[in-house]
Amino acid sequence: MKVLYFAWLKAKTGVGEEDVAPPAEVATVGQLVAFLKTRSPGHAAAFEVMSTVRVAVNQDYGNLDTPVKAGDEVAFFPPVTGG
Amino acid sequence: MAVRVQREDFDPGAELERFSSGKTSVGGICLFVGLVRDYAGHDPASGAAVNAMTLEHYPGMTERQLEAIEAEARQRWPLDDTLVIHRFGRLEPGERIVLVAASSAHRDAAFEACRFLMDWLKTKAPFWKVEHTPEGDAWVEAKQSDDAAASRWDKGTP
Repeated sequence: MKVLYFAWLKAKTGVGEEDVAPPAEVATVGQLVAFLKTRSPGHAAAFEVMSTVRVAVNQDYGNLDTPVKAGDEVAFFPPVTGG
Repeated sequence: MAVRVQREDFDPGAELERFSSGKTSVGGICLFVGLVRDYAGHDPASGAAVNAMTLEHYPGMTERQLEAIEAEARQRWPLDDTLVIHRFGRLEPGERIVLVAASSAHRDAAFEACRFLMDWLKTKAPFWKVEHTPEGDAWVEAKQSDDAAASRWDKGTP
């Protein structure tokens, strides 16, 4: 599973992109976040306030209940500020 | 219908010329250009001066989202054509950052679609601004006013 981080989530985790192999029971974004938080203190800090984190699964917006599986591209980022 | 996400500047005059050429059934084109402002928080009274900003985006998803926003606009209004150009990378105050354009047989549809394209772009397209100020770098937080502007369109046109 490819996980991408943008803006301050990239700064906090220290990575822009990583390949992860979560346990088989990880089936939703929420469960994936719980798994990712164990990877480093930076990851834990990035996901500390989930109300400030948005997610996309395979480049479409999702939420904590969105299903994830091996091979998916999951991105985490703050609310957008384009334009 | 076209979307371009690019580092380099664009020429609004040339884009308008290309966008309007050969269109005989179009009554009007609305074209909006957004510029980089020089104050963090966009309030000269309380914000710090901004030396520059850097726009980050999500290659692939950005284009997909912009195309979806364009498609939504074309469902809502009888548009002849649409164009969205958004820059990324480092930009200085005064530089052009975004262009949206809509053409239609009638001006109202073009005006409204342009507003809609900008409102949705600001809340749905995956771009993030980090402002470089004398006090340091700061990620720009999403504004409630942008969310409010975008939600106006939730129940059709205002």
